[in-house]
Amino acid sequence: MTAANSGPITGAEALIRSLEHEQVELIFGYPGGCILPAYDPLVDSPIRHILVRHEQGAGHMAEGYAHVTGRPGVAMVTSGPAATNLVTPLMDAYMDSIPMVGITGQVPTAAIGSDAFQECDTVGITRSCTKHNELVMSPDDISMAIRQAFHIARTGRPGPTLVDVPKDVLQATTNWYWPSDEELFSSLPGYRPNVKGHPRMIKQAAQMILEAERPVIYAGGGILKARAAEALRELAELTDIHVVTTLMARGAFPDDHPLCIGMPGMHGNATAVSAMQHSDLLIALGSRFDDRITGKVDSFAPEAKVIHVDIDPAEQGKVRRPDVPIVGDAKYVIEEIVSAIRQLQSGGTVQADTADWKSTLSGWREKFPIVYDQSEPGQALKPQYCIEQLNERLAPGAIVASGVGQHQMYASQLIDFTEPYTWVNSGGLGTMGFSIPAAIGAKAAHPDKDVWAIDGDGCFQMTGQELVTATLDDLPIKVALINNAYLGMVRQWQEMFYDEKYSEVFLNGSVPDFVMWAESMGAVGIRVESPEEVGPAIEKANAITDRSVVIEFRCDPSEKVFPMVPAGVSNDELILHPQHAGDAHHLRRPENR
Amino acid sequence: MTTINQYSGHTLNHHILSVLVQNRPGVLARVAGLFARRGYNIFSLAVAPAEDEGMSRITIVVDVESTPLEQITKQLFKLIDVVKISELDPRRSVERELLIGTVKASDESRSHVVELVNIFEGKIIAVAESALTVSLEGHPDKLDDFEDLISGYGIVELQRTGRVALPKLDRNARLRALSSSPTPNTGKAG
Ligand SMILES: Cc1ncc(C[n+]2csc(CCOP(=O)(O)OP(=O)(O)O)c2C)c(N)n1
Ligand SMILES: [Mg+2]
Repeated sequence: MTAANSGPITGAEALIRSLEHEQVELIFGYPGGCILPAYDPLVDSPIRHILVRHEQGAGHMAEGYAHVTGRPGVAMVTSGPAATNLVTPLMDAYMDSIPMVGITGQVPTAAIGSDAFQECDTVGITRSCTKHNELVMSPDDISMAIRQAFHIARTGRPGPTLVDVPKDVLQATTNWYWPSDEELFSSLPGYRPNVKGHPRMIKQAAQMILEAERPVIYAGGGILKARAAEALRELAELTDIHVVTTLMARGAFPDDHPLCIGMPGMHGNATAVSAMQHSDLLIALGSRFDDRITGKVDSFAPEAKVIHVDIDPAEQGKVRRPDVPIVGDAKYVIEEIVSAIRQLQSGGTVQADTADWKSTLSGWREKFPIVYDQSEPGQALKPQYCIEQLNERLAPGAIVASGVGQHQMYASQLIDFTEPYTWVNSGGLGTMGFSIPAAIGAKAAHPDKDVWAIDGDGCFQMTGQELVTATLDDLPIKVALINNAYLGMVRQWQEMFYDEKYSEVFLNGSVPDFVMWAESMGAVGIRVESPEEVGPAIEKANAITDRSVVIEFRCDPSEKVFPMVPAGVSNDELILHPQHAGDAHHLRRPENR
Repeated sequence: MTTINQYSGHTLNHHILSVLVQNRPGVLARVAGLFARRGYNIFSLAVAPAEDEGMSRITIVVDVESTPLEQITKQLFKLIDVVKISELDPRRSVERELLIGTVKASDESRSHVVELVNIFEGKIIAVAESALTVSLEGHPDKLDDFEDLISGYGIVELQRTGRVALPKLDRNARLRALSSSPTPNTGKAG
């Protein structure tokens, strides 16, 4: 302990000082009884606090911040109901491997276990939705708990952590110290993420890549977490292998790159889905064979060998047994694979002929773009049209967040992501209400960038009140609100799989009045009802920089997302858009290959 | 019915995991919670402080009907407090368990019960007019046999600890152990 560091301070001061040492610049939070002591030294700290309108908003803002920066987002809330309000974002971050640190107040140590006012078993409740959590019982342990929380959140497979601090621990005094790296590491003897892949496996992967005739790179969110977009591009270009980017990896490989075939999965495009189905080698990089990607697992990519690169050993073989498992950091491992390939090539190994495969893929891409039926004059607006128009008018570097539902799928299909960290969405948990607070968190991280939230009328009614936060904390975002008057995605399932028996999916469409609501929160509200208003409205929103803007697009309620692989069905049975239905035979796998 | 393992009495679907954990609050809840959440079955569980200060060893006998053992150990290892996991092959490990039980012992049956306890090298730890409390330590299979035999006399209450296990010393280590003081076989955190 250095002299400058020493001297008794309160636990609350130790907490805030620890956050400063972790270079935290922003806290998204909401005060209350048990966390109150921490809000006192916060006033004197350079850390900026953003007062949210609901603790779930704080959590999603922290996630949005982390999505676009890679640094842990911080949410600080009080005990009991505030801690339980944080559970959804924690689980969301856990599913999508988002680094995030939650700090919760707790009742005084003497009251723990007594059902005290606003007591809840926060560490118990959040145990299965955090990578790690800790109840701190002494002010002396605060700095170490915070160091561990940040270290665990951002290293290995990133994820949320939580530190629960009782009120009396915040009030008691302690001698300040900041644990050294050695102290940190030796306090966590069971935590040693493996970064470097196994050299023999890497060589084997390189060999297999050069031998494959129908290879596909299956890039997942891990590419972004590992900051491996450059390395991925190098691998793809070196080997001329096409890349699919999952919902979590949109932007990890540029959509305008000739080797990019876009998103696979339940609502993936036909080329991406079929490329995986027909492939003889899947190069899975930071992806986890999620059920939304594989469809029915038994018939997923049946002819493919699998190279699986993931920093989490538990992902290897969880769903699909890889032929070459490589546990390690995606960036490091891809770079190693690239140099192993170069070495093989300079040793005379020639890559297998992939010309047929490439022409198959380009044939599919031509035949099966994402399509929808344009509206006839006087008919309701198509949501896809609105999103296409937005895509054409996005400022360079703009960040797009989305809610969960049809609008999310249209956004992931129709927005061209050309840069990493420009797409913020809730993949694993599928959390409605994610987009508004996540967009605000992203805006807080990048005040200079345009941040759009593409939201649904259902989603917006879950967390839309955070636009108040955006207004009052000067974090203006732009909202493309796809108002189709329905829980559209659920309506789509009821139409397709429940004989059009619509049950509890109608939201009304004119109540609430979204324009009035937006205005009441200090945002500009614009209502758009016909195609010719779409472009000008987006341009108007782009021109407004001092306030949030909500464009309510009143859309056709009956539109559906295509293509679609119904849940639990084989990817071979992809349902194409009716315009393409006659061409399905082009996607069939040859009987005997 | 479950199949019987040819090597010993326990079923083929049972595996022994010896899990070294940091002895911190909630660590058992983390382990148990993981098993519950991922749908893994615990057959038996024994926890106690280990030789290293601040560490505990949890011996878990897992029932691997549906989940491959590999997935269980990998998920377990993701817990930050888990320092080391060894899967113990029943053929290459020593296993022990403790049983205590109160058995009905009327005038006619008392001598039979005592005889059984003696044959199994157990102990009688309490005596009442119509019952005996006995203890028996040994390989879990031996305890199974004892429990079977004694049940005919009427078990009032019975408690077993769950098994604990360590890897068997290899032959050379055994010889060394015989010629000098015993070498601890701890499997230090890597
Ligand atoms: C918190 C939460 N509740 C329920 C769901 C189930 N769900 C998935 S999509 C959806 C409908 C979303 O409606 P809306 O926001 O209007 O989007 P749309 O599908 O109409 O574009 C629902 C209810 C969910 N994903 N998250
Ligand atoms: Mg809707």
